[in-house]
Amino acid sequence: MSAPATSERAATTRTRLDPAEVPAGLPRWAYLPAVGGGLFVVLPLVAMGTRVDWSNYGGLVTSESARSALALSLQTATASTLLCLVLGIPMALVLARGRFPGQHLLRSLVLVPLVLPPVVGGVALLSTFGRRGLLGESMEVLGLQIAFSTTAVVLAQSFVALPFLVVSLEGSLRTAGERYDVVAASLGASPATVLRRVTLPLVWPGLVSGTVLAFARALGEFGATITFAGSLQGVTRTLPLEVYLQRETDPDAAVALSLLLVAVAVVVIAATHHRGAGGAAR
Amino acid sequence: MTFELTATVPSRGLDVRLDVAAGRTLALLGPNGAGKSTALGLAAGTLRPHDGAITLDGRTLAGARDGRRTAWIAPHRRRVALLAQDPMLFPHLSVRENIAFGPRAQGTTRREAAARADRWLDAIDLADLADRRPAALSGGQAQRVAIARSLAAAPRLLLLDEPMAALDVDVTPALRQTLQHLLAEQTTILATHDVLDALLLADEVAVVDGGRVVERGPTAEVLSRPRSAFAASIAGLNLLSGTWTSDGVATAGGEVVHGHGAPDVALGVAMTAVCRPAAVAVHLDAPHGSPRNTFRATVRSLAPHGDLVRVRTDRLAADVTPGSVAELGLAPGREVWLAVKAAEVDVYPV
Repeated sequence: MSAPATSERAATTRTRLDPAEVPAGLPRWAYLPAVGGGLFVVLPLVAMGTRVDWSNYGGLVTSESARSALALSLQTATASTLLCLVLGIPMALVLARGRFPGQHLLRSLVLVPLVLPPVVGGVALLSTFGRRGLLGESMEVLGLQIAFSTTAVVLAQSFVALPFLVVSLEGSLRTAGERYDVVAASLGASPATVLRRVTLPLVWPGLVSGTVLAFARALGEFGATITFAGSLQGVTRTLPLEVYLQRETDPDAAVALSLLLVAVAVVVIAATHHRGAGGAAR
Repeated sequence: MTFELTATVPSRGLDVRLDVAAGRTLALLGPNGAGKSTALGLAAGTLRPHDGAITLDGRTLAGARDGRRTAWIAPHRRRVALLAQDPMLFPHLSVRENIAFGPRAQGTTRREAAARADRWLDAIDLADLADRRPAALSGGQAQRVAIARSLAAAPRLLLLDEPMAALDVDVTPALRQTLQHLLAEQTTILATHDVLDALLLADEVAVVDGGRVVERGPTAEVLSRPRSAFAASIAGLNLLSGTWTSDGVATAGGEVVHGHGAPDVALGVAMTAVCRPAAVAVHLDAPHGSPRNTFRATVRSLAPHGDLVRVRTDRLAADVTPGSVAELGLAPGREVWLAVKAAEVDVYPV
């Protein structure tokens, strides 16, 4: 039986509870901090739910500013997820399959936005695309002004979300290995055909989860956006920025919008998780 | 001559010359790490030669002189299919789609590729599994599908790298039979360390050891008259080398081995003497009487060998009954005498 077949079977049995199985390597005391950690994640969300002013909820989340922020958030997060896919899939392929000097260093550099404070990312983007930035000046000559525009929001979100996609996909590519690609090439498939018909289908679950992570990260982006794109209603004020702003003036609205963000995130993850699992079992 | 390979790969310690005629099967026999897979990698295009040339049907697949590439055809344009010990069926495609993969990749229409896949499924007797996923196949079925997939791509050269190694012993005979049938007209190189694969599937054998071809020739000849220690061990024969004297074959250890018949060779010519382990008798004391060849030896290991026990010593291997092992008290480290009748020893020039 081949290796992928067994791993697939392991994945299906893992979800089923088998009363005969005895867990190994699980000390009993681990349950206590594990439960504590679970509460630490769930409790704040529940607490937020208790603070929602349900009687006015509809009005709070359908105000003009809220609707424009939600629409902008969904549009920009979708656009940056697409940008991440266009740039990230080739990056992951090159990092996982290519052989060139400096590969190791490049792999570490790609991770930088992951560990960088988003505000610093915003400053970095401003120094690149800002009016007097590295590329900004020449772009201004061409009539392109990026900073403090919706494009800037997309760039800021892509900057912080890209590593999530690349890391997830590169890991899947490494796990899948090159052996199927070698077989496909020996059957006469060109590299593009191998990518389309073998490599990407095999890493489909990794690609889906990487895309979900990137979308979620883009949707929640705050620091880089406010630094690089500002907070103009309808142009750059995404939902997280709106939440932060409303928190000062109308805490009820902030809580209501926060819940909306949670709901959007849960829906996205549930939808793609379902499709991702379907893709893996195909 | 359709396939010729002359190449060195210093990083893998490989320096070989191979050729296969159209429609023939060449077995690469050798121990693990001998360089068999490296040679196949050169033909498939997963490795580059440092020096040498690889040609198939007049096309130069790869060429290099002193590390500099002089010719290169990408793996997918070579028409060289590779099948390893794992079937490596694409897990996301059905059995039929797997077999149709090669024709599809080479531009055949979907309908024609599926029709071709169905013909191959009939040829391997698995038509009823066409719509299954590879995960639902047994190991033997999966390997048969993998063979059909390789052949459906209509390769000019098929490379088989230990195709039976990962299978249960009870399914290998059936698979060997399938291969025997399907490889009849197919130019093939088969890397194996199993003598049965070579006997049943190959027209010719090249014995590879330490990155070199140490012996080559028609299968029957190499296996019945081995000239290298590896070929002898794989053929299950004891081999002693030496030079021809008026008395017999003088080994480096100073013994003289007597064989049957009188080869017509000059004195001093390098000679090989072989005998079957079953012809070797084991004694605790120096034997008297008819056997002309006796050796003092120390038992190294005992292992089951069919109904018998194979006794390996520092000199020759002997097959004896379990009863004799118990009677003689044979165990590793035991000093014994080995005796072989001259009539059981085959002597020939190297």
